[in-house]
Amino acid sequence: MSDLAVEGLVHVYADGGVRALDGVDLRIGAGERVALIGQNGSGKTTLVRHLNGLLRPTEGRVLVDGVDAGTLTVAQLASRIGLVFQDPDRQVFAGSVRSEIEFGPRNLGRSGAALGTAVREALAATGLDGEERTNPYDLGGSRRKLLALASVLAMETPVLVLDEPTTGQDARGVARVRAVIDRASAAGRTVIAISHDMGFVAEAFSRVIVMRAGRVILDGPPATAFAEEAWEALGSTYLEPPLAARVGARLGLGATPTDAALIEALAAPGSGGSAQV
Amino acid sequence: MALTLRGVGYRYAGSTEPALLDIDLDLPDGRVVGLVGASESGKTTLCLVVSGLAPRTVGGRIRGTVEFDGASVDDWPMHRLSQRIGIGFQNPSTQLSQVSGTVFEEVAFGPMNLALARDEVLERTWSALAALRIDGLAERDPRRLSGGQQQLVAIAGLLAMRPSHLVLDEPTAQLDPAGTRLVGEAIGRLAADGASILVAEQKTDLLADVADDLVVLDGGRVAMRGPAADLLADAALERLGVAPPASIRLGRTAEAAGIDPAFLAEARS
Repeated sequence: MSDLAVEGLVHVYADGGVRALDGVDLRIGAGERVALIGQNGSGKTTLVRHLNGLLRPTEGRVLVDGVDAGTLTVAQLASRIGLVFQDPDRQVFAGSVRSEIEFGPRNLGRSGAALGTAVREALAATGLDGEERTNPYDLGGSRRKLLALASVLAMETPVLVLDEPTTGQDARGVARVRAVIDRASAAGRTVIAISHDMGFVAEAFSRVIVMRAGRVILDGPPATAFAEEAWEALGSTYLEPPLAARVGARLGLGATPTDAALIEALAAPGSGGSAQV
Repeated sequence: MALTLRGVGYRYAGSTEPALLDIDLDLPDGRVVGLVGASESGKTTLCLVVSGLAPRTVGGRIRGTVEFDGASVDDWPMHRLSQRIGIGFQNPSTQLSQVSGTVFEEVAFGPMNLALARDEVLERTWSALAALRIDGLAERDPRRLSGGQQQLVAIAGLLAMRPSHLVLDEPTAQLDPAGTRLVGEAIGRLAADGASILVAEQKTDLLADVADDLVVLDGGRVAMRGPAADLLADAALERLGVAPPASIRLGRTAEAAGIDPAFLAEARS
């Protein structure tokens, strides 16, 4: 299990001098389900790329289990933190689905039955079983994206970081991603995901971190992050609460970030049960 | 200049299975047609065929007819088609020129190639940037932007062309909710000015806002078509792998719990 801490993290991209991260402090405990949201360009991707050492801090540090990530090699970090890119074409390179998925665990030294099991489970979780010999570029964009997810799942890292996992996925693909998150979480793994789908965020995560201009401006459970008091802050970073939260606030039911929470609040005695048919 | 497809089939080079079969599609002036369907149902392929890129640059074999106001475009070279039809790809990194040093230059690239007067190029470029609220990025290097910012730059480049026909393949995939809304508004304005727009999207919430008509693909064929408002509320959509808009989903959950969905619809408005 891995505890993550980010302390005073600043990142200035070398060319252009843009301060993509401007002092981020965070602690993420083992097994948490965290959504990272914020407007385009607010620093979400830059932040998660520090977690597995793809980017190194300009200032501040990242701690993995109390150890400064700067003292760990990329290989050591890769065994703990699996990062799935937003664009699978930045990640996928192998000639077949199977070799693509095997690459990560092989590099972590897995072989034989352990490797076989890891690959089989990753294939099943992403619905790619039966495509082992397919060339990744013969898959459509959405399944190529699920392949990128499978290849990181197979590394069985204690921390799973997903950069916009549901974009380009149809209803079934989104359900698969959701199941992958639920299963990883049930197995005690930490899941951190960047998303612009507020309904998905409210339903699939227990903690929501909101970023604006390289800083964290809100951090709490969905009921807090999408409560009416937070709407102004959300709006300042181009976000809006899920529909259920807006309807719940309008009906004076308090924070109802998900459809289920809204229906439950409506069904509760004294909620204006006139709504009942 | 209505764009029509009749009996169009398409097969990629090297593929034994057709990607599209027997497609009839009308893209009349001033209308927004939403295109939905499960993954690999043919949405991207249809976007490529409508824009003329398939088969012209993609290869493969096409059958059936593609016409502008009844005139076949079979003999039209790509440069002639591309003055009529703009296409926005799903992945902005395949759209951006990768040679422009600034966002401004990137967005001005299209209108400059239309041989427009200088002031016209400047005006179109600034207004496209402003429409998507990225004028603040004008001096930035497009290659150093976030994925979502790059997507906005790519769309601004299309808006600056002021195309009479526009094909957008998941234009808002990487966008935050406000960016998605701005793209929706820009689509609405183009259509109000008379453009015909085909927009493939997984985000049915956006289509509920902008689309007049909806075409649902399944296995490369048109499975359903009709007014967007009716089809988006049709339960058959979900069976075809398309998630309904949040409002429809909430209404169904409410109904299942014995709560009048009309009551919620009222609270929403």
